[in-house]
Amino acid sequence: MANKDKKSVLIQGNQAIVEGAIAAGCNFYAGYPITPATEIAEMMANRLPRIGGTFIQMEDEIASMGATVGAALSGAKALTATSGPGFSLKQEIIGYACITEVPCVIVNVMRGGPSTGLPTCPSQGDVMQARWGTHGDHPIIVLAVSSVEDSFDITVTAFNMSEKFRTPVILLSDEVVAHTREKFEIPDPEDVQVYNRVKPTVPPEWYIPYENTARGVPPMASFGDGYRYHVTGLVHDIHGFPTERREEVKAFTERIHRKISHFYKEIQIVKKYMTEDADVNIIAYGSVARSAIHAAKEARKQGFKVGVLQLVTLFPFPRKDVEEVLRSSKRVIVPEMNMGQIAREVKRVNKNYTRVVKLNRYDGSLINPDEILRLIREAL
Amino acid sequence: MVKHRDSTHLVHQYLRHNKKFPHVWCPGCGNGIVLGALIRAIHQHQYERDDIVLVSGIGCSSRMPVYVDFNTIHTLHGRALTFATGIKLANPKLKVIVVTGDGDSMAIGGNHFIHAARRNIDITTIILNNNIYGMTGGQSSPTTNYGDKSTTAPYTHIEHAFKISELAVTAGASFVARGTVYHADKLQKLIEAALTKDGFSVVEAVTHCHVQYGKLNKLGSNVDMMKWQKDNSITVQKAAKMKEEDVEDKITMGVLMDKPLPNFTKEMAKLKDRAKE
Repeated sequence: MANKDKKSVLIQGNQAIVEGAIAAGCNFYAGYPITPATEIAEMMANRLPRIGGTFIQMEDEIASMGATVGAALSGAKALTATSGPGFSLKQEIIGYACITEVPCVIVNVMRGGPSTGLPTCPSQGDVMQARWGTHGDHPIIVLAVSSVEDSFDITVTAFNMSEKFRTPVILLSDEVVAHTREKFEIPDPEDVQVYNRVKPTVPPEWYIPYENTARGVPPMASFGDGYRYHVTGLVHDIHGFPTERREEVKAFTERIHRKISHFYKEIQIVKKYMTEDADVNIIAYGSVARSAIHAAKEARKQGFKVGVLQLVTLFPFPRKDVEEVLRSSKRVIVPEMNMGQIAREVKRVNKNYTRVVKLNRYDGSLINPDEILRLIREAL
Repeated sequence: MVKHRDSTHLVHQYLRHNKKFPHVWCPGCGNGIVLGALIRAIHQHQYERDDIVLVSGIGCSSRMPVYVDFNTIHTLHGRALTFATGIKLANPKLKVIVVTGDGDSMAIGGNHFIHAARRNIDITTIILNNNIYGMTGGQSSPTTNYGDKSTTAPYTHIEHAFKISELAVTAGASFVARGTVYHADKLQKLIEAALTKDGFSVVEAVTHCHVQYGKLNKLGSNVDMMKWQKDNSITVQKAAKMKEEDVEDKITMGVLMDKPLPNFTKEMAKLKDRAKE
């Protein structure tokens, strides 16, 4: 993919999300201004109409989420972006997208919370809201980006997963990644792997919109394709009609979970840096992962064997990879810009394999490598 | 025009044969009359079923889409217009129709309603106004009248009702009309007109909830409530000649607004052309 003729650009994480989304085929954006995600909307307003796509600034965050899901039902690849308060407002419709299995991507550029919190400061406080923000048992995919390059690549991945598994995908960025400018080579469109949702090919009268297939992901017709079917937020039978029959409710709930859980291998993405021989491993995600990698490299220079397990997929929680690191390490450090949301998941997986140490900042600042390094020295 | 009394077979043509009937509405409900008028209006225009998307929110009236053989979507309480906006913009060829109630569109969805009207997006919205939350059992809605009773206003309602059609006009819709379920033929004609309009078109269908509103306020049966509609409806033209205080308690029926205004869907197409230059 390296091409010397290719033009390098200096862009911020928010712009890389825009570039990644467009490369993935995004052609619809609905949003509402909110710091620190606003640049995504501004750049989409500029870019989408030029490629025939649609940008709309809606009257509020809820409306943005509704329009995003509506557009996806008409066949669009739709994106919306927000931050903490807006993310809270979108939750009801995110649940609707889960139950109706509508592919779409929701970016949450995390800022300090709760409530209006710290609008211009970074945080990772929305991790659990990303997983459990909407009510009811539901499957969801949550990915986290740590750099400008990630912001491009993982946005593409988010769209591909949403299309493949017919599910909303939450993409978590944070204020540091969003506004840090880095050198980046935008890949050629032909070098970007894009997955599009499977559409029905059967005659309309044969189409079963929520068929209980082995894979669990039924083909999805767009409105206007000639497959007239019903979409509802009520629990529905395979034809899309509301049902309260126990066996149908159970089968439905199990299928929408199965379509994710059967593909953990594909969905759970992690990056391993020097983890194999490490005495101390750091489990990190988002901008903190970069501080962790920096700290690990510095520690190695000083003679300590340190590695980093970077979680790209936060949910479904990559249990196997975390377990592997927990088994092989003398100590595991979990640095986070919150009071310990992923640390709790790590501890849940830890069956007395090792000691898990938290490093938390919740003062609106990023975690720098020195802080992690200090903890490594203490550990060894 | 297809007369509603001759049209049972026609309505049946548009119903979903694989749907588990019976429907959820109470015997004597006006919602079926509005659905009948909508189906006849659609039939009159000979729209392709594949091109129609019927969108609703939550409530009694919002159960309408599930019964009919179009692209149908039953969304969330108050949010029908937000979904409809995305559906329309991502595929402007679709004929997008929203059915909603007074609580759905005026309370929880009030903001979306005024902004859809302000944008003048090419969507037809039919609001079934029965002055109450029927599905949850008779609570006050934004169109419950001052002095009336509901289960959440046992000592009478002390708020004032929204006038839906007048609000739609003020918010910027290019076509606004009001009808009643008693005047079913007229209602059909108003829906027919709304469907042909460029931009945001609104039809307020005044209907009755004899089961909740009627019982709580001693308004009699569904027949009594429809008779009330008959006796208290005046045309827009007649209302214009009357004193404001005399019109206050009447149902002003007919077209309140019909003016070509810039249509958001078309403006969006033009914007894209400008951006590509």
